[in-house]
Amino acid sequence: MFESLTVIKDALPYLLKGSFATGGIVLGAMLIGLTLGVLMACGMVYGRRWVRWVVGFYIWFFQGVPVLVLLFLFYFGLFNYLGFNFTAFTSVTIVLGMTTAAYQANIFRGAILSLPIGQFKAANALGMSNVQAIIHIVLPQVLRISIPAWSNEFSIILKDSALAFVIGAPEIMARTQFVASRTYQHLPLYITAGLIYFVLTWSGVKGLRALENKVRIPGYSHQGK
Amino acid sequence: MDDLGFFRELFTGLNRGLLMSIMLIIPSALGGLVIGITAGALRAFGNAAVVRIGDGYAALFRGTPLVVQLFVLYFGLPNVGIYLSPYWAAVTAFVLCSGAYQSEYVRGALLSIKRNQYLGAQALGFTRLQTIFWVIIPQAMRRALPGCGNEIIYLIKYSSLAYIVTFMELTGEGKTIATEYFRFTEVFLVIGFYYLILVSVAKIILRKTEKALEVPGFGSA
Amino acid sequence: MSRSEPILKVENITKSFGTAHILKGVDLELPKGGIKILIGPSGGGKSTLLQCLNCLVTPDSGTIWFNGSVVDIQKSKELYAFRQQVGMIFQDFNLFDHLTALDNIIIALCKVKKKNKQQAKERAMVELEQVGLSDKGHLYPAELSGGQKQRVAIARALAMDPKVLLLDEPTSALDPELVGEVVAVIRSLAQKGMTMIMATHQISLIRNLADEILFMKDGLIAEQGTPRELLGAGVCTLSQGFCDKLNEITGEEI
Ligand SMILES: Nc1ncnc2c1ncn2[C@@H]1O[C@H](COP(=O)(O)OP(=O)(O)OP(=O)(O)O)[C@@H](O)[C@H]1O
Ligand SMILES: [Mg+2]
Repeated sequence: MFESLTVIKDALPYLLKGSFATGGIVLGAMLIGLTLGVLMACGMVYGRRWVRWVVGFYIWFFQGVPVLVLLFLFYFGLFNYLGFNFTAFTSVTIVLGMTTAAYQANIFRGAILSLPIGQFKAANALGMSNVQAIIHIVLPQVLRISIPAWSNEFSIILKDSALAFVIGAPEIMARTQFVASRTYQHLPLYITAGLIYFVLTWSGVKGLRALENKVRIPGYSHQGK
Repeated sequence: MDDLGFFRELFTGLNRGLLMSIMLIIPSALGGLVIGITAGALRAFGNAAVVRIGDGYAALFRGTPLVVQLFVLYFGLPNVGIYLSPYWAAVTAFVLCSGAYQSEYVRGALLSIKRNQYLGAQALGFTRLQTIFWVIIPQAMRRALPGCGNEIIYLIKYSSLAYIVTFMELTGEGKTIATEYFRFTEVFLVIGFYYLILVSVAKIILRKTEKALEVPGFGSA
Repeated sequence: MSRSEPILKVENITKSFGTAHILKGVDLELPKGGIKILIGPSGGGKSTLLQCLNCLVTPDSGTIWFNGSVVDIQKSKELYAFRQQVGMIFQDFNLFDHLTALDNIIIALCKVKKKNKQQAKERAMVELEQVGLSDKGHLYPAELSGGQKQRVAIARALAMDPKVLLLDEPTSALDPELVGEVVAVIRSLAQKGMTMIMATHQISLIRNLADEILFMKDGLIAEQGTPRELLGAGVCTLSQGFCDKLNEITGEEI
């Protein structure tokens, strides 16, 4: 018991340093997901038939294949095959980004469809182009409406990032495994790792809720429904 | 002409793995549902202490990565003298984790049922148990179904994590062959399609069930 | 021609949704300063026609002249420029929900007219003042009453300096006690010589404002004339019958 406490105390700074890598992966993935997700959502709502078809296939694929399999596929397979020489860190970020993009696309699509069509017409009537209407009228509202679902996506990606250790990215889980394999104190160490993730997840969710309140606009609680 | 041998070995391996995956998924899904319904009901209707414990359980398992839970069970428990086989470690982790997520939907569904439904049943002379069985459950079930079904689809995909604790299911079998032949792209694409089929079948079943249980005007409100 | 050149003219506008022929060849001429009022039964195609005029709904066929030259609606640049000069007021306001009243007006000035923020703001304040809402600029649409929303929508359209205003039942979504404030704004626009075409069921507007009434039915203009010709004492027209029915409902006097 005492021994395990010492191990945790010694290992904690080392494990916590993994939060930077974990944070980097999650942040990068969420940004990739946001960009791709918005583009795909617009493609699904406003795009031509072939665009909708391509996006639909993308979403079907990335929502249906486990993250672990995607990681292996891209890191050991496709990235090499295509001649990219990505590090484990970059690969994980891109793969998680592409995965969450599939889910985010659906989130944003739903939000776009929930907006009254009249606002788009009003923008057009004022002389805005379709692209201007999307950028200035649709997206600012869609992003607000989407924050709760987005926060859910964030916590999923944070937890999925723990899979990065299977290809050796130096994040929390990889570091825990490393210490555990030397000290044989698996139980306390993995519990510690779990607690770190727990704190990260819930503080992230809290933070996003604060953001939601901050950008809240009168009338939006009704609209979101 | 090594290709033929490769593909024969690949599909033999993957089919074996598929069977193992299914043996993981079905008990885990059922176990997860049982835990989820129990925990969800307790969280919705229990007394303060029970609600606390239930909420804590759900928050804990929803707030930590499944792979960490799996490692605690498989690599951690031996520290205190408990040894689980890879299969049982995986199933236990899946049941507990999936149950935590399921309980969220069940709880939400139970709480969403309006008070007038209880009053209506009471006015007709239903007992408490009858109310629960004939009024509450049929409604809550429909409300919770989409979320719970989605969770089962997640479970199908996350069953691939069992490979990390050395249980040879779909992903594990594939990884072995991919490493042996050094043909990652093809192998993982094929594995991907195995999962896509599993997920698509589950989605179809789910949608059929939802359709079958559909009540006009219910659930849209 | 004795009259001035029409500012907006359309010929043979047709539009179908699927197999339903909603507009079956509508012609229309709007002289500068003129006010035309569209009336007619629900589903007659009034909204569709108005939205065809600025191509929010793309007509299947037909030609649009603006200021004497044909608008090529295939060219998006030309279309956007055309729309800037044609203001539109919607039945359900269509304010941008994420922007304050003031920002609703500013955004088009900044993004479409490329004015700088300060100029845009000054202009927006002037327009809000005109509709009597200078103290409500900081409020979001959800915090405004229906009448206030519609007045902001009018201010927003006017800030673009439109040559023509299209109004689609601007008072229909309002509670009866709020209709007056919007009607007052529309009247004052008429006095200032704004060119307008408006679909409305508001008897007072039909009677007092219209230079010409167009009665739309089944995708065609079935009757056309001055209020005196169509609604004068003793005449027996579709419009007369229609307005009588409106009166029964609203109790409003012609
Ligand atoms: N986008 C659309 N798709 C299919 N049908 C449409 C569409 N827009 C309008 N319609 C149909 O066109 C017909 C005419 O509609 P429109 O809104 O122009 O009538 P209206 O004269 O404005 O009626 P109201 O007085 O009720 O506003 C209606 O039958 C309507 O159902
Ligand atoms: Mg209409």
